[in-house]
Amino acid sequence: MTAGKKKIKPDAAFADFMARAYVMEIDASERYADFADQMEVHNNLEVAQLFRKLSRIEGLHAKRIVEEMGWKQPPKMLLAWRWDDAEPPETAPVTDLHYLMQPWHALEIALRNERRAERFFARIVRSAKTPAAIRKIAAEMAEEEREHVRLIRDWMKRVPKPEPGWDRDPDPPVYSD
Amino acid sequence: MNAPANVVTLAAKDFKSEYKPVWCPGCGDYTVLASITRALAALGLRPENVALVSGIGCSSRIPAYTTCYGFHGVHGRALAAGTGLKVARPDLTVLVAGGDGDGYSIGGNHFMHACRRNVDLTYIVMDNHVYGMTKGQPSPTTEPDWNSKLSPGGTGLREFHPLVIALASGANFIARAFSGDPSGTASLITEAIRHPGFSFVEVLSPCVTFRPEQRAWKEAVRASPVEPTDDPARAARRLMTDDGFNLGVLYKGTRRPYAPPGRASHAVADLEKEFAL
Ligand SMILES: Cc1ncc(C[n+]2csc(CCOP(=O)(O)OP(=O)(O)O)c2C)c(N)n1
Ligand code: SF4
Repeated sequence: MTAGKKKIKPDAAFADFMARAYVMEIDASERYADFADQMEVHNNLEVAQLFRKLSRIEGLHAKRIVEEMGWKQPPKMLLAWRWDDAEPPETAPVTDLHYLMQPWHALEIALRNERRAERFFARIVRSAKTPAAIRKIAAEMAEEEREHVRLIRDWMKRVPKPEPGWDRDPDPPVYSD
Repeated sequence: MNAPANVVTLAAKDFKSEYKPVWCPGCGDYTVLASITRALAALGLRPENVALVSGIGCSSRIPAYTTCYGFHGVHGRALAAGTGLKVARPDLTVLVAGGDGDGYSIGGNHFMHACRRNVDLTYIVMDNHVYGMTKGQPSPTTEPDWNSKLSPGGTGLREFHPLVIALASGANFIARAFSGDPSGTASLITEAIRHPGFSFVEVLSPCVTFRPEQRAWKEAVRASPVEPTDDPARAARRLMTDDGFNLGVLYKGTRRPYAPPGRASHAVADLEKEFAL
């Protein structure tokens, strides 16, 4: 968010929107942390570290929203909030992991998440029914997500692209077929 | 459900133990765990007032990953242990959890009779249509044509329909959830715990190792187009034509839960006398 360091004076709709943006970031952060745990358990430490880093980054985004809104308590993850899909747009789907995955795969997951988040905010910007103040901040957030997409694409260029057969394991921990 | 009054509400993370799950990365059971902890937090419960009882299987490891009382029991007997516990300690919120193998194969008979008894507990089945722990054998919910090395050409056997069986046997609340929707699953578990009597939540929870094709479930599932009914005949018609991917509360009955007698009819010492040698 580029709204600057000064605190924002919200109306109810604006505060609700920011609460959702906060939940998006925190949910994404928690999911990456879960992924890092899963990778640690399976001794894939390189990918675990990467997920841990992504979790920290999303956590920082969430913290910044809390600061800018001047909230004493961060909003709760309410069960009643529904998204277009089952989960908030920046949250990685749970089934996308593999114990032998490589950093490139983890970044591919992050790229998909950032793209979904960008589309989410861009849709709000285009919605004529949405109040102007929300559209303005949503435009800033969409731009930020676009920037993240660029950063992750650059990051992907710096890690090796997996060879075909990367998931082949001569001694699998579980035998499949 | 037994929520204490005037106590600090806990967060979902307070219901997670320090043990890291050893499930395969990507297993659906991770989010079922997250949904259970979210539901318990949303209900304002405390770990010491909740017991989570399971059988055997990957999914049945779940009690160890929570801070609630846990009992990792015998294969197929989770409902028997959970029922006994609830009857002896009605003050506890009792959840029973496990897999489709545990609940519908070896535990199938207990499943029917737990529905029939209608004791106030919540049964969560993580259904992945396979025995995950023992490396990929077909379970009662496996499709007849699922071809694998352990079932060449498929079993050819018709699938068990757990929701229909639950309804016919007397379950008081029947819902289907999908692990890829943790908030939706948490809401359904919350509602199931609140509902009096035997509540059954079938969670479609992919086994990414032995059934990687189940990743596509996220495209197949949909919210049930109809409101829950309390009419068993209507629910039966719906469930008989259900394709297995409608999510939500599908039946919400009004049967009174089983009420255990207020006090024991015999002292334990009297019973022991019968067995004295
Ligand atoms: C009495 C007995 N019979 C058989 C077994 C072997 N066994 C362990 S887990 C399991 C099936 C597990 O499948 P499911 O309940 O679907 O759980 P999942 O691992 O898929 O989560 C079987 C047959 C056992 N442990 N005990
Ligand atoms: S074998 Fe299947 S059910 Fe068991 S932990 Fe792995 S993915 Fe989950």
